[in-house]
Amino acid sequence: MPEIKIIPLGAGQDVGRSCILLNIGGKKIMLDCGMHMGYQDERRFPDFSFIAQEGPITGYIDAIIISHFHLDHCGALPYLTEMVGYNGPIYMTHPTKAIAPILLEDMRKVSVERKGESNFFTSQMIKDCMKKVIAVTLHQSVMVDSDLEIKAYYAGHVLGAAMFWIRVGNQSVVYTGDYNMTPDRHLGAAWIDKCRPDVLITESTYATTIRDSKRCRERDFLKKVHECVERGGKVLIPVFALGRAQELCILLETYWERMNLKVPIYFAVGLTEKANNYYKMFITWTNQKIRKTFVQRNMFDFKHIKPFDKTFIDNPGAMVVFATPGMLHAGLSLQIFKKWAPNENNMVIMPGFCVQGTVGHKILNGAKKVEIENRQVVEVKMSVQYMSFSAHADAKGIMQLIQYCEPRNVLLVHGEAAKMEFLKEKIKQEFNLDCFMPANGETCVIQTPHRIPIDVSLPLLKAESVKYNALPPDPKRPRIIHGVLVMKDKSTCLMDVDEACKEADISRHMVRFTSTVRLEDFGPAGRTTDKLLLHVQEKLKGWNVVYQEGNISIESVLVKVEGADDETKTVYVSWTNQDEELGSYILELIQTMGN
Amino acid sequence: MKLYCLSSHPSKPCHVLRFKGITMMLDCGLSAQTVLSFLPLPLVPSARLSGLPNWMPHGCSNAQLEGELKDCCGRVFIDSAPEFCVPQEKIVDFSEIDVILISNYLCMMALPFITEGTGFEGVVYATEPTLHIGRFFLEELVQYIEQTPKASLASHWKDILHFLPPPLCDSLKPRSWRHLYSLSAVNSSLSRIQMVGYDEKLDVYGALKVTPVSSGFCLGSSNWIISSDHEKVAYISGSSTLTTHPRPMDQSALKNADVLIMTGLTQTPLCNPDSMLGELCITVSTTLRSGGCVLMPCYPSGVIYDLFECLSGHLENLGLTQVPMYFISPVADTSLGYSNILAEWLSQGKQNKVYLPEEPFPHAFLIKNNRLKHFKNIYAEGFSTEYRQPCVVFCGHPSLRFGDSVHFMELWGSNSQHAVVFTEPDFPYLEALAPFQPLAMKAMHCPIDTSLNFTQGNKLVRDLKPTTLVIPESYLKPPVEAPSRTDLVIEQTDKNNIISFKGGDVLTLPLKRKRARVNLSPEVCNKLVVNEIRMGVNLATLTGQLQVKDNHHHIQVLEPSGTSNQGNNPSTKKLPRRPEETLSQMRYEWGSLDLDTFIQRLREDVGIAEAKVEQNSNGYIIHLPKEDALIIVEDKSTHVNCDPELRYKLRKVLLQCLNRI
Ligand SMILES: [Zn+2]
Repeated sequence: MPEIKIIPLGAGQDVGRSCILLNIGGKKIMLDCGMHMGYQDERRFPDFSFIAQEGPITGYIDAIIISHFHLDHCGALPYLTEMVGYNGPIYMTHPTKAIAPILLEDMRKVSVERKGESNFFTSQMIKDCMKKVIAVTLHQSVMVDSDLEIKAYYAGHVLGAAMFWIRVGNQSVVYTGDYNMTPDRHLGAAWIDKCRPDVLITESTYATTIRDSKRCRERDFLKKVHECVERGGKVLIPVFALGRAQELCILLETYWERMNLKVPIYFAVGLTEKANNYYKMFITWTNQKIRKTFVQRNMFDFKHIKPFDKTFIDNPGAMVVFATPGMLHAGLSLQIFKKWAPNENNMVIMPGFCVQGTVGHKILNGAKKVEIENRQVVEVKMSVQYMSFSAHADAKGIMQLIQYCEPRNVLLVHGEAAKMEFLKEKIKQEFNLDCFMPANGETCVIQTPHRIPIDVSLPLLKAESVKYNALPPDPKRPRIIHGVLVMKDKSTCLMDVDEACKEADISRHMVRFTSTVRLEDFGPAGRTTDKLLLHVQEKLKGWNVVYQEGNISIESVLVKVEGADDETKTVYVSWTNQDEELGSYILELIQTMGN
Repeated sequence: MKLYCLSSHPSKPCHVLRFKGITMMLDCGLSAQTVLSFLPLPLVPSARLSGLPNWMPHGCSNAQLEGELKDCCGRVFIDSAPEFCVPQEKIVDFSEIDVILISNYLCMMALPFITEGTGFEGVVYATEPTLHIGRFFLEELVQYIEQTPKASLASHWKDILHFLPPPLCDSLKPRSWRHLYSLSAVNSSLSRIQMVGYDEKLDVYGALKVTPVSSGFCLGSSNWIISSDHEKVAYISGSSTLTTHPRPMDQSALKNADVLIMTGLTQTPLCNPDSMLGELCITVSTTLRSGGCVLMPCYPSGVIYDLFECLSGHLENLGLTQVPMYFISPVADTSLGYSNILAEWLSQGKQNKVYLPEEPFPHAFLIKNNRLKHFKNIYAEGFSTEYRQPCVVFCGHPSLRFGDSVHFMELWGSNSQHAVVFTEPDFPYLEALAPFQPLAMKAMHCPIDTSLNFTQGNKLVRDLKPTTLVIPESYLKPPVEAPSRTDLVIEQTDKNNIISFKGGDVLTLPLKRKRARVNLSPEVCNKLVVNEIRMGVNLATLTGQLQVKDNHHHIQVLEPSGTSNQGNNPSTKKLPRRPEETLSQMRYEWGSLDLDTFIQRLREDVGIAEAKVEQNSNGYIIHLPKEDALIIVEDKSTHVNCDPELRYKLRKVLLQCLNRI
């Protein structure tokens, strides 16, 4: 039986560092190439030595597909292509191609310039890596080579996020990356058609959550921010430069306008205008409402939100600051956090998931004292809020996607083991599907059914259809097709026997038998024939018995009576070998008549 | 396969293709040339136009005709709301159309006529830019006509066509001309469009696959591949191999089609778009330098983006940076907005800009620098205060029958300093100018039609190697204005099989389907007994149950039916099985019978010692005297005549001596 092999190098019962190896129909594809933000050592990148002990991996991988620009999905890409070595094709959507290098450079700076890490990729390497990228558009069918086809679907999650359908021959897989099944302030909901893949590889970040309504969470967020600035507090919102940041900006911008608030909002990245520009130009990837109104007003032209300057950190009074990076693991957001954390009037809102090991993760777990780089300890008195704005599918959304695309198997990645376990049971119960959740480095083998495409000659198909439609409708009656399969050159075609012989350049050999029976039946031969006809018709009910020119014929069987009026009659019974059963029956029938 | 040709205009095509039970419309172009027969609709009441004398044919005293026709410098115009020549309705019932494929925004102007109020229930496919840009093209047209309503509608002139002077008397079926649709019809029609991407394989009821591929002509423009498992039809509409702003044309996808339908070749085969652009730049700068203004009647999207880029560069080089360029259209802001968010549909160079991120078109920069200013119409806020002469005005409609272009013609027509430059190829410029005569302003004809020219078209056909080429009749003849240019045709060679059509034709295209694709279940496959006939040729009889779902065929194992008609009474002989029940055991004999082996087998296996063989012209006759049996052996048949007892034995031996599948 054919099979599909899947090995997670990252994201196997784990969140962060997504990297999944897929072996389908002899093709090897890497799905995402992410890094783990919680680690500073070699665990940061996936273990590529799994693919090749040493040296470049070009010969071992046919294609790399990147689902979206988040670093836990693309952060290891320059390392892989420029330092490990890979020259093959890399696919991602246009917005991902535009935005990923910005985030990679951002991260590189934090790691190398602030933390002094060595053995990290350089700016040039990011550029060289991006040159190998082939940008794809939604629903475009891309032939990687003559056998491997890929197609991107809208995933919602962030600007340009895509799910990928991958097909080799009759086998197919859908990899979701991160996705979101409900439209949010700037993005639409993920969508896929009934593509019935053999395996659906889905993220399961929020496998056990059924989130409260988005509106409630937004109201909650605005209320908290408003309360804090009203008492003169400072609000820090650690974000990544692109994605959630723009959604929260839209949210605050409209609220500020409606409430006529004057408290400054700052966006603390050099990228500000540039980042929003990407959103302006890729507006076709946002949700319908933004797309529809963009001519009158581009949602990403913010009036209330100003660029931040470091000197503002110590400014007195209330303010709201968006700062990167999002998990408080380095950079400006961490710097601001250090300054503001000891004041209970202030607030930090963590709008997304934080991986283990980051400051964000620690304070979300209630740590009142956190150790930051250089063993510096910071006391956390400020209020710490977690707001789940991360646009991942929740359990309901995951089930919905399964319903949409009707997979034969489901494989869970990008989630925690215990939560996956729960979802796995749910999927088995609800859809009766096999569900897998391999750990990192564990090979998962999934059997797929054989499907053998052949051709059928159109006359044969039409003859069947004419015959079938001539009969009274009966849903239980099977439609039967019969012919000779001709396997010649590279084609396999089912044909009517005569067409097949012609195609194979052979001639049929017709075998016919004739036996005679003597019947002592006096009178005209015609009368004997009539008797025989009646007899045969009575026995063979439902058969097409034809009386023509003194002969009786049923299928290829011919019955003919000879003899003068006052003689014993000679009855000839003749049939082709294909009607042996019928022919010998009729012969016997006529023989017994004589006895 | 049948092709119904509903349009007489090769660049505004409308076809219906019937294939594999699917009825598919290819484009719905609207021929707007009929509007040239009508008087312009001025935005500001025009004393000149309303003062034109009535025209009445000699010897005709139909009072109802009074006021319908006006005379302008010897040309007769209809004084009424303009009418359009819509795709022919009588050949195909629009309610039977399953799918409409739209190639580009210039080929969809008749869409509301097809989909609204006709019982149409199908789906319309178009790319995202085609939908967006098409929407504002349709909206602009509707607004132009609705902003200048006519009190009375002329129709009696259609009854006396033969009394009218040319070109009115040559009007093609004017009774079938229609007034434009409403905005609500536009919205309802466009809501039927499903957006598709290049290279997206779309399934049509399981019977066909259609795929749009880039055609290089304008933003989002596409050609189409229509295929089934074994047949391929390629449809080429407006296409371009020139390097302008759109994504380049994808030619390889169109190769080796069984049928290639090619439309949308250049409408101005005598003009080279590159040299036209050069002439245009010179005319504009000369006019401006002498203090004159330039009117460029245009559509709200397309070549104007390239004109903005080219002209601003040219004027800058000449130091004419202070000359304002105005883009006036009810949809100008939308057009400029969309042009900068459709990066994925642009040429590589323009596309790369968004990675910086910068706007792909320089006109975004021109607007920021106030070099290019856009307004909804001449009454729009700010226009009168901004307006300065000399200037360049881009505005619609290129027919000069409605829209702001009528206003500027009336305003500048009597001044020889000004110039009107025609770039859109859809309307003959002298016809367009006719109701503004006598005219003092300069008129320049610089059509920029980036569509394939005949050289490119012929090369394309040679490269694509279709089995059959289907083209408009007019592509086989030199252009009317240059009958000696026999190079401006699609070449007929012995290598290409050309079928030509004209509007109203119904063609039967030579595409014979021979095979269909089915899925064989592995269980059926495992049961096959394969016979090798010779190296590389294998045969196996196959019987299975056919399942048909959504036009897809599957062959499964045929379960033996439980209730065969065997008699319950043991005394009666078992009835023979029905033909369908014996099929799964059916074998077929082939080849010829080896006589020596057969005789030897008769002797050894059946014990027949004596067999008289007699040769004749067809083969042999074997006589078994003792058994009183006769076997007639020919090359392709054997006929055994014997008594029933012996027959079983002979049959066994005979079948052993023959090849079987
Ligand atoms: Zn993500």
